[in-house]
Amino acid sequence: MSTAGRSGLVFHEPLLFESSRAGRAGVRVDDPDVPLVDCARELGSELVRDDIPGFPELAELDVVRHFTRLSQWNYGIDSGFFPLGSCTMKYNPKVNEAVARLPGLAAVHPASDEGRLQGVLALAAELEAALAEISGLDRVTLQPAAGAQGEFVGVAMITAYHRARGDRQRTRVLIPDTAHGTNPASAALNGLEVVEVKSGPDGIVHPDALAALADERTAALMLTNPNTLGLFESHVEKLAEVIHGAGGLVYLDGANMNALLGIAKPGHMGVDVMHFNLHKTFSTPHGGGGPGSGPVAVRNSLAPYLPTPVIRLEGGRYRLDHEFPHSIGRVHAWYGNAGIWLRALAYIRTLGAAGLAEVSARAILNANYLLESLRDAYDVPHQRRVMHECVLTDRRQHEHGVTTADIAKRLMDYGYHPPTIYFPLVVAGALMIEPTECESQETLDGFIEAMRAIAREAEQEPSRVTGAPERPIVRRLDEVRAARKPRLRWSRDPA
Amino acid sequence: MLARIGASSQEALVESVPAGLRARAELKLSPALDERALLRHFGTFAAENGTVVSGPSFLGAGAYHHFIPAAVDALAARGEFMTAYTPYQAEISQGTLQMIFEFQTLLCQLTGLEVANASLYDGASAVAEAALMAARVTRRTRICVSAGLHPHWREVLRTYTEGVGIELQTLPLDASGRTDTSGLPADAAAVIVQSPNFLGAIEPLGAAAEAAHAAGALAIAATAEALSLGLLRSPGELGYDIACGDAQSFGLPLSFGGPYAGFLAAREKFVRQLPGRLIGESVDSSGQRAFVMTLTTREQHIRREKATSNICTNQGLCALRVTIWLALLGRAGVRRLAEINVALAAYARRACARAGLALPFAAPSFNEFVIAVPRLAAKLERLTAQGIQAGLPLARFAPGADPDHLLVCTTEMNSRAEIDALVRGLAS
Repeated sequence: MSTAGRSGLVFHEPLLFESSRAGRAGVRVDDPDVPLVDCARELGSELVRDDIPGFPELAELDVVRHFTRLSQWNYGIDSGFFPLGSCTMKYNPKVNEAVARLPGLAAVHPASDEGRLQGVLALAAELEAALAEISGLDRVTLQPAAGAQGEFVGVAMITAYHRARGDRQRTRVLIPDTAHGTNPASAALNGLEVVEVKSGPDGIVHPDALAALADERTAALMLTNPNTLGLFESHVEKLAEVIHGAGGLVYLDGANMNALLGIAKPGHMGVDVMHFNLHKTFSTPHGGGGPGSGPVAVRNSLAPYLPTPVIRLEGGRYRLDHEFPHSIGRVHAWYGNAGIWLRALAYIRTLGAAGLAEVSARAILNANYLLESLRDAYDVPHQRRVMHECVLTDRRQHEHGVTTADIAKRLMDYGYHPPTIYFPLVVAGALMIEPTECESQETLDGFIEAMRAIAREAEQEPSRVTGAPERPIVRRLDEVRAARKPRLRWSRDPA
Repeated sequence: MLARIGASSQEALVESVPAGLRARAELKLSPALDERALLRHFGTFAAENGTVVSGPSFLGAGAYHHFIPAAVDALAARGEFMTAYTPYQAEISQGTLQMIFEFQTLLCQLTGLEVANASLYDGASAVAEAALMAARVTRRTRICVSAGLHPHWREVLRTYTEGVGIELQTLPLDASGRTDTSGLPADAAAVIVQSPNFLGAIEPLGAAAEAAHAAGALAIAATAEALSLGLLRSPGELGYDIACGDAQSFGLPLSFGGPYAGFLAAREKFVRQLPGRLIGESVDSSGQRAFVMTLTTREQHIRREKATSNICTNQGLCALRVTIWLALLGRAGVRRLAEINVALAAYARRACARAGLALPFAAPSFNEFVIAVPRLAAKLERLTAQGIQAGLPLARFAPGADPDHLLVCTTEMNSRAEIDALVRGLAS
């Protein structure tokens, strides 16, 4: 079992601009083998700027130490257990990085003629076919650069579908109260109105509650399944019937696909369109907040509306087809975050069908093991078995003045990244825990022990918890001050 | 573990999933590959691609082949950066947070504006977000777009604005290849001008900003070739309200078009309408400087459908590469590299003129320009056979463009001998 220790040495490190010294440079740039020109004369002096004051001047070693030191202030999956609910912080296999860096892929110019793109288009087509199989749907686009862009694309396609059928009054999207915050924002970005669907006391949506809201104004239901409580929406087939009966379509937020591989296919549940988060289910790095990749899968009935271009195989050659009149249009300058979706394909090819099914089985086992091991120390809001994640609350600790935020910060002192906190909003003081399939029983036991120790501290020594964290390089942040007097860039003279 | 859970079998854990769904869930996928076989599989397909390193390339058109120092790959590969999450837990995310604060500062310095966000998906979505932002600020719905905006960016802009009732109006280019803003309507929310534009022409940016302000519109400068910001007068200096574009030139591999790093910068007074993540400076409870995500009430996880945008990521790892690249090149290096790009383009333009090839647009260019090449298609085929990627036939991206017009880009990755070979191939 690992516990939080100390690093060899952790350094304070100023900003790049503060360590800058006139005349230093990190890269030597020699003259080219063509004559240099006077840019002011070549372009016109009115177009040429002065030197940039305050721009950094650092030697290569300065830069290397700077970023090495900054990296040491971070916590990643490579550092330790990262049970962040709905974020699926699984191990990112190193071979995927090697694949993305192959010169035959990393040095492909996206504007190349199709003759030069046959290899990468074949790989794209291979991934699209695999995602179609996993989703149980017919067609896939890799263009969306993140899950939220995938949502935008999915909802735009739904809108285009209704419009093409003359169904212009369908302006409402039904979204359960257990959905991700991006769902309402994606609907609004398409000019649609959001109607909230209340989940039942058992944490899932019931067909009668949905039927009361579904009508001829309904464009779609946006469902997350399993939902953000980690519960499978057991009535999903009936929910889809209700929506389809009212003339609407069903959108699945695929953020929680890590629970469904080999267990259920969205296409079989009545889902018409969904997005994947390749940076969750398919192991591509989160990178401190991106880049992600959010492919969208649809039924054939929605295929005419896919973003341009789409990849087609004709006469043994791949091409990018721009010519289809009903498309919602392009959403990315090129064909999505290729460097990311190539990593996801590497992951899928490494595991194969049996390996992927093992992923979900193991993720579900781990989540239930954590839940049952913590049930006596923390409040559990719903009594059903969970899928790949579980939700606890701070209700019992609250009696001692200890909140979810305190528990989260105290976990850092024990060497763990905190779970997702205060989400979903339907549970007060939620701690949402997703262990993923990657972690061993020993790692889970270590985390369980830490959580139980914190529960004891909350009763016996609450100030230890409310004063956390003690170990990280900085203590709790003053977020109010940051927002009240925003200081969003360095300048030589602080305001 | 099942005993602790109190379940008889793995199957018992998923009883909430209807049996009918489970019965049909088996996946049919290609067989699993071990690490050796995996690298062989990808290596085979990678070998089928023509790349910018397998022969001389003069392709730009919104994605640029620039030098990437080895230290960029080495530092960006560190697991603490690569495998971290969005820095919601500031105490254990100071590395990412300080880096993004530095990224924001560098983008402010380059664009001459006061606030920059933590990055967006790509240049195309940055333009779209800038347009939506201008519509919110002005409460107007007409966006005037230069015909010199990258055609793909224009398409993305249309996709993003269509659903919310924003109308796009095109501002034509004049004979020199620069935007004609004389027909600007009085009800415009914004004017979007790209510089250098899709034809490679450097726009006289100041004129467009003045025209926009006279009409009560915001002026938006877009930049696909971010290296030009190191040499050309900045959007902020020229009176622009918003600058946006793609920072791919700063250390991001071409990688078939992504991941890149969109950027968006603006005047301080618009900060609460700025979409995307922002990192701010604050202090911790012991009073020492620390960084934290801030002004999050603009964002979707709090504002839901009333948010400024639905974006909930940035391109963290790409922003990291950009920050490292800019730190390594530094004050003198960025400018020097930009000057070298201008010198190579100047050399190539003169070589074309000497060889009798016409340059149809007179506007000055940074590292990209259009050549009129009689019988272009046949010459491209011959150059391809010689292993040279000659550039982009404009008509491929801009339907209606002259079929003989070729967009050519020269960067520090091109040598004099390569340029000579290109010009010979196009002229003969």
